[in-house]
Amino acid sequence: MAPSHDAVFLKVREVLSDALGVEQEDVSPDATLQGDLGAESIDFLDIVFRLEKAFAIKIPKGELFPDEILNNPAYVDGDRMTTAGLETLKAAMPHADFADFEKAPFVAKVPDLFTVRTIVNYVEGKLQAAAA
Amino acid sequence: MRWLWIDAFVAFESGRRASAVKNITLGEDYLADHFPGYPVFPPSLMIEGMAQTAGILVGEARGFRENVILAKIRRAEIEAYAYPGDQVRYDAQLDSLDERAGVTSGTLWKNGGQVGRVDLIFSHVNQAESPLDLPEHNFVFSGSFVSLLQSFQAAGGSTDGEFHGR
Repeated sequence: MAPSHDAVFLKVREVLSDALGVEQEDVSPDATLQGDLGAESIDFLDIVFRLEKAFAIKIPKGELFPDEILNNPAYVDGDRMTTAGLETLKAAMPHADFADFEKAPFVAKVPDLFTVRTIVNYVEGKLQAAAA
Repeated sequence: MRWLWIDAFVAFESGRRASAVKNITLGEDYLADHFPGYPVFPPSLMIEGMAQTAGILVGEARGFRENVILAKIRRAEIEAYAYPGDQVRYDAQLDSLDERAGVTSGTLWKNGGQVGRVDLIFSHVNQAESPLDLPEHNFVFSGSFVSLLQSFQAAGGSTDGEFHGR
């Protein structure tokens, strides 16, 4: 049976606290990894490895952080993501909340998609798939 | 001159763990300045020594195909200074490895007593995939790093099977 939402959150909070050197109380569900918790690019790889170990899951390259989509110039028009880019990103990240982002999909706002809740949702999805 | 901060491997188990030693001698130039009249092996160089030990462990595990770059110091706890005459040993363990990166955990020893822990992440950088303007050859494992491992093998060490001492 997959662990409860709270159990997943508590473990994700511990992982992010360790990976980013922040206090656990700062790791709130709405906190963004980069803006609020100060994550840098290499930290994302560290987070992936720590999540794999903490939850005994395998996270394929680009699944949690789809950098190949995010770095694809074909999906960018000026300072915004194209409609195709947005749809591709949404399909690749069912674990993220696009409600605010898709109103004005500025490329500069992409990092805000990666919140603590995004990570928790992703891990829950992996664990539920494994338990099914 | 290569920036070498390990003298020799004393054990190497391919894809699992490696141990290397560094003997600190008063003749090393930097000790005249660190510190004048009180020579201390810089803890930052202990991290570098662990990075070289663990980096070669990571590189060898994939046949030295990629450049292995120190990407993140996950943890560095060093609880004691080392001085001329001391021997520092770096024990590195490979915790995970894939096409993206290698993760290692390690313990630091001085004259047989544990004095710290250093955990690291290394990125694999392939020239073809990198946005950086990297040289075409493998610029990490180009010579002296690999020859360190060859010296260990020449001295009778094996890089497979059991954990071999020297």
